[in-house]
Amino acid sequence: MINKFIKYIGLPLGLSALLPVFSFAQAAVAAAAPVAAKPVPFISAGNTAWMLVATALVMLMTIPGLALFYGGLVRSKNILNVLMQCFILTAVITLEWVVFGYSNAFGSSTGALAPYIGGFDWAFLKGIGISDVSPYFISQETERIPHLVFVLFQCMFAVITPALIIGAFAERMKFRGFLVFSLLWAIVVYNPVAHWVWSADGWLFKLGALDFAGGTVVHINAGIAALVTAVMLGKRRLPAGQHITAPHNIPLVVIGAALLWFGWFGFNAGSGLAADGLAASAFLTTHVAAAAAALSWALLDWFINKKPTVVGIATGAVAGLVAITPAAGFVDVTGALVIGLLVSVFCFFMVSVVKVKFGYDDSLDAFGVHGVGGIWGAIATGLFASPMIQSAYSGTFYGNSKQLGIQLMAIAATLIYSGIMTIILFKVVEKTLGIRATEEEEDAGLDITQHHETAYSDAE
Amino acid sequence: MKKVEAIVRKSKFEVVRKALHEADIDFLSWWEVKGQGSAKQGLIFRGVAYDVNTIDRVYISFVVRDINVEKSINAILKSAYTGESGDGRIFVTQIDQSIRIRTGDQGDEALYDKK
Repeated sequence: MINKFIKYIGLPLGLSALLPVFSFAQAAVAAAAPVAAKPVPFISAGNTAWMLVATALVMLMTIPGLALFYGGLVRSKNILNVLMQCFILTAVITLEWVVFGYSNAFGSSTGALAPYIGGFDWAFLKGIGISDVSPYFISQETERIPHLVFVLFQCMFAVITPALIIGAFAERMKFRGFLVFSLLWAIVVYNPVAHWVWSADGWLFKLGALDFAGGTVVHINAGIAALVTAVMLGKRRLPAGQHITAPHNIPLVVIGAALLWFGWFGFNAGSGLAADGLAASAFLTTHVAAAAAALSWALLDWFINKKPTVVGIATGAVAGLVAITPAAGFVDVTGALVIGLLVSVFCFFMVSVVKVKFGYDDSLDAFGVHGVGGIWGAIATGLFASPMIQSAYSGTFYGNSKQLGIQLMAIAATLIYSGIMTIILFKVVEKTLGIRATEEEEDAGLDITQHHETAYSDAE
Repeated sequence: MKKVEAIVRKSKFEVVRKALHEADIDFLSWWEVKGQGSAKQGLIFRGVAYDVNTIDRVYISFVVRDINVEKSINAILKSAYTGESGDGRIFVTQIDQSIRIRTGDQGDEALYDKK
């Protein structure tokens, strides 16, 4: 079985070795200021209507989507802790976002810091009026959305990213430590990385890295942080010889995964910031990749373990959604099919072979699905980006040999920065507040010990 | 009076219940239990197959007059049988007294409806 996987993994790695040195290429996806001769941008009612809905759809991904997906996978004594973590991040990161997060991620700063982080000009959303048009756009330069809608849309992305990491440290982290760690991570890791990739000043953006809806910023970023926290926190205290725990409520996992799939249409089809053909194309590729990955995981289960499992197909769908995220607005249906079919192979291999071999306890496979799926998606974007979708962007298979190198650069930069900063933040919180739940807390469950509540009570 | 208790497969419970009804055992209690025995339950989580020796069973309990012990045991033996390891057990114990709360009937009188 391993040889089969190596064959798949070998292809993109082999291609990357052939690449010339990285070079600066690609026109900007979004420009901070419109060119003078162009018509004055205005707020389009149609685009605005869609983006308001898309924003609400992305919120649905964290609560209740991700919350139920993760909540069903943990043991019954820990579900409330997971739901609470997702819920409180929705509250806390939203506040952080309007106070200064948005400004740090999407604002501008001056001097040497400009490519790395925005300043505080938009702190408390100061100076952003209700009739201001968004400085950011993708395909619709003139017919734009209100700046406030862009702030909100991006807010939901900022919320879900730290929430994804929960899957790695589930069932064993003190709530207080979790909260402070996640907030610091959002400020120190998420905001700068979002600035690098999506801000008009960002260094990876200028380099030409393609990330349509957040494969690098959201999934690789959260995925590597997940791996680091899972390793640093250590394994859950399970009976000797036991490495995995059975999900306590698989129907909740299915509802969560289905809500993620649904919400992801807002995430990806909304990332074009307009209701146009590009949005339709992103919607289509998203749906196709999710379907392909769900099926391919079910088939892997079927062939390797003799039965197709429900947790398996749900996990496959999520992996497909992760992988298509950076590519959604750049690839056609064929690209989406290949991305979806293969992502399950990589993720399945990671969670059933690599994780078991190394023995780290990524409880709910946040790295195995989001990290690995995100990396594959970013690479695949460099391979399959088709000029038929957005004429300015092509991947290796459409004659642009440079794109894959740029993608690998963005992946490496995110892995290194997020990985190192996560180690530092983890240590800081561990030394000051304590981060690992005690043995008693873990045994009794985090619901009762961290929140004084139980999910399934006997009371009538 | 005897108390008859049986641990049976979850999948066989409805058959056992029907067989007991046909043997005129109309009052019984049951609950779903988890137990451990020689049988194993195979599970898969994200590509990793593993066994647990925690198995799901139904625990049935009822009290009958001495004249009904034999036929209720036979009903269970017949209906719960598959021949595979894990079919379960039947236990019979002596009962000292039974009282119907509504009427105060005692002993055998408390165990069946007079028709």
